[in-house]
Order: sequence, then structure tokens, then C-alpha cells
Amino acid sequence: MKLSVMLPFRLSPKPGELDRSSGGGLFVWQTGVLLFAALVVSVTAAQAQALASQASVFSLLLKWTPLLAQGFLFNLAISFMAMLLGTVAGVMLGLARVSLLAPVRGTSWVVVQFFRNAPWLVLLFFVMFLMPFEFKIGGHTIPFPDWIKSTIGLALPIMANIAEIVRGAIQSIPSAQWEAARSLAFNRRQILWQIILPQCVKRMLPSWMNWYAILTMATTLASIVGVSEVMTTVGHITAAESRTDFLIPIYSYVLLWFFLYCYPIACYTRRLEARFAER
Amino acid sequence: MDSISAWFKWLHQTSGIKLTIFYDSYDRSRFIEGLITTLELSAIVIVLSLFFGAIVAWLYGSKQIWLRRFVSAFVQLFRNTPPLVQIYFFYFAIGPLLPKVGGAPILGSLGWAIVALTLLETAFTAEIFRAGVEAVPKATIEAAQALGYSRAQIFRWVVFPLALRVTMPALNNNLVNLVKTTTLGYAIAVPELLYMSGQIWSEQVNVTEMMIVLLITYISIVGVINQMMQWCEKKLYVPGFGQ
Repeated sequence: MKLSVMLPFRLSPKPGELDRSSGGGLFVWQTGVLLFAALVVSVTAAQAQALASQASVFSLLLKWTPLLAQGFLFNLAISFMAMLLGTVAGVMLGLARVSLLAPVRGTSWVVVQFFRNAPWLVLLFFVMFLMPFEFKIGGHTIPFPDWIKSTIGLALPIMANIAEIVRGAIQSIPSAQWEAARSLAFNRRQILWQIILPQCVKRMLPSWMNWYAILTMATTLASIVGVSEVMTTVGHITAAESRTDFLIPIYSYVLLWFFLYCYPIACYTRRLEARFAER
Repeated sequence: MDSISAWFKWLHQTSGIKLTIFYDSYDRSRFIEGLITTLELSAIVIVLSLFFGAIVAWLYGSKQIWLRRFVSAFVQLFRNTPPLVQIYFFYFAIGPLLPKVGGAPILGSLGWAIVALTLLETAFTAEIFRAGVEAVPKATIEAAQALGYSRAQIFRWVVFPLALRVTMPALNNNLVNLVKTTTLGYAIAVPELLYMSGQIWSEQVNVTEMMIVLLITYISIVGVINQMMQWCEKKLYVPGFGQ
């Protein structure tokens, strides 16, 4: 958006501006340190209340770490696959949004609006309940376990949002590129795949990464529909320990894990955005 | 009203499409209650988060470096962790610590959903406000200073009107996201639309029909919000600003 009387509206400040607006280049580590400090404080506080006969909260966290790590890795696996699926489908849908055929454009618009505006959790329920648990093709039965269904459910909103990013990027390429390619006798398919889309990749990268971070955080929703990922594990652990003083430490611990994974992505996205904006 | 419910009854008998919310008064009241809770939750959270978001955005400009760091840490923390885990953290970890009044906890699931979502939305709103204020060029503020405006006057008559207009699309996006995020209340049994619909479909075994009703309802809410915000943007339009 270009406004004649305003500077650009930027949700993330440029690296050079960080000093002024948010107190130094503390983005990568200081917030993590703060969160870590909160965790340590809560562990110590819980420790102070614990009876002598009980195991220390810290040792409990350590004890359950391998199990939590397993759950967390499963979350990451879901996020990778949903992103892959969502990106492939999203690029196709984004291309349909700039199609020359009006019916294709219209249909893809409806699909994009639908999946962008529906809540993620409702879409997840939708796929979970309404997709069969196995497919029969010929004589073979292909099982369709819950985690694959939840991956598809999470890929749907990603698909719609990637489609919007693709469309935006295609339209942001100067029309001179199209005209030059046409004058060199490229056909439309060649122009799109060989000239326009390669230039779009760079423009799309920051938003694509942003959506990946959002998706990773959304994978915890799968626990609500019965996939055993990290939050399900946390539920089992708290039930097994049944100690109220253990609750704050373990939830902070999981929050810290997600933060340590998603925050660097956010920082890198910001840096890329700023670098591309300067050119 | 009677003819509508009669028609849906007929639809059920002839085609098996079971939309109980249109003819069963109990199901209908549950569905409407859920819808109202969702709207109420969104309205309360948006008002609170606009208020706190403005405060946090103001604290961003503080001269105390530690205050700025704290505020920045708060914003980054809530933006980069899963909202569902945040809600669980408040409801399951902080909730039991609060004293009980007459056997019942001070904050129920709805109360905790308001707290958790408000903190989440405050982090997002604060970022939007900060970006909006930063988009006002220094020269404009200097011009206002030269005309003898005080700091408060500059904010009221120059920075705020410009920042409001430039932040409108982002605020709209945020509001839509909030409505979608209220569905997370399902996880802690907040009686919002998704939870109530879940109760209906588990009793009536009409998952497909309720799912479609749910999706249409949410998309309509989002559509109405988008229309309203577009109307606001048009009303706030000033010549020479934008496009």
C-alpha cells in the first residue's frame, strides 16, 4: 500500500530500527532468556513447596524430556508434511486465481475465501469426521490413520493462504516482464513457469516462512481431535504425576520448546523481509 | 417460524438430512447460546485487547530500557507460542492456584478463555499500533510542533487519525483471526459455538449437517465483519490518503 502522506506500514521493524523501537538487537536471545528465567523461577517455587519425600521438579522434567521430545518431533513431522501438501496445492490454486478462464478464476476465489475464513479447528474436525479411515482401490486397502487426516486438515488453510501469496506475488511482478517474454515468443505456460514464478519465489519466501511458523503452532490442535502429539503427551504426564506444583513447570517447558523453534524462524523472516524491502 | 421447522422436519423424513437446530427447540437454544457466547467472547476480547494493546504500544516508546525489553519479550512470547498451549497453561496450570469462592473457582473456563485470548490479542494489537504510529512521518509531527501543538494535541489530532487509517486493514485481519481463535475454547469446554455444536452432533449423530452449518456460520460472521470494516474504512476516508 503506497500512501502519499505516510511512511510504509510495517509490522516488523527494519533491523536498523530495532535499537530505537524495541530496545536493541535483543530479538534472538533475550526473550528466550526471560522465558527460561520464568521457567526456572516456577521450578524453584514448586521445589520450595514440594515435600522432602517427593522427587524434585527439575528431575521430573528431565525424566519426561525424552517422551516430550518424541511428541514434539511428531508435531514437526506433521508440520513438514502439511506444509509440503499445502504449498503444492496452494501454488496450483494460486495459478488458478490468475487463470484466463473466468469460471476457473471464480471457483478458485470461492475455494480460497472458504478455507481462509473458516476456523482451523473446525476444518480439522471436518476432515477428521468426514474422511474415511481407509480407502479401497481395486483389491488393496489403503489405511488412512488419524495423523494423516489431521495433516490434510491442517494443509487446507495453508493451501488457501499460500494461494493468496502466490497470486499477490504474480501480480506484483511488473507487466513489462510479461510483455518482454511475450515479445520473445514465449507462450503463457512458459512465461508463468520460466519467467514469472522464479521471480516470485524470493518475494514469497518471508510470508511462506511466516505461515510455516503459524502452522507449526497449529499442529497442537491435532491433540483435540485425538492425534497423540506433544499436548497429548503432556496430558498423560500430568495424569501420571498428579502433582499440582508440576503443572506450571511442564506447561512452561512446552511453551519454551515451541518458542525456541518458532522464534528463530520469525527473526529470520523479519531479516529477509527487511533485506528485500531495501532493494 | 412454524413453517420453517415443518419444512426441515419434512426434509429429515424424506431425505434424511437432519438439521435439528431448525425444529428441535432444545438444540436450537443450545446453538444460539453457543453463537452468542462466541460473539460475546470476541467482543469482550477485542475491546480489552485494543485497550491493553494501546498501553503496550505506548510502553514500547518508554525511556526505560528494561521496560521496553519486558514489553518486547511479552509480545514475542505470545506471538511465537501455540495459542492452544497458552490457553492450557492458564486454565490447567494457573487456574488451580487461584483461591476458590464458595467451592467454585473464581474464573471458569469462559473467564480463562477471556484472559488467555486477551493476552494473545494484546500482543498482536500492540504490534499493529506501534507500526501504525511509526508510519507517521517525522516531518508531519515537526510541522505540527511548529504550529504550536502540544504533545497530547499532536497525538490526538495528527498521529492518531493517520495511524488509525493505516492500521485499519491489519486490525480487521486481527479481528477475523480472533473470531477464528475463539474455537480453541472447545478444548477447555467454553460453551461457544463449536463446543455447543459438538454436543448437538454427538447426541443427534448429524456430524455432516452440523459441520456444514458451522462452517457457513463462521464464514458468515467473518463476512459481516469484513463488510463492517470496509464500511468503516470508507467512512474514515480522507482525500489524498491512500490509493
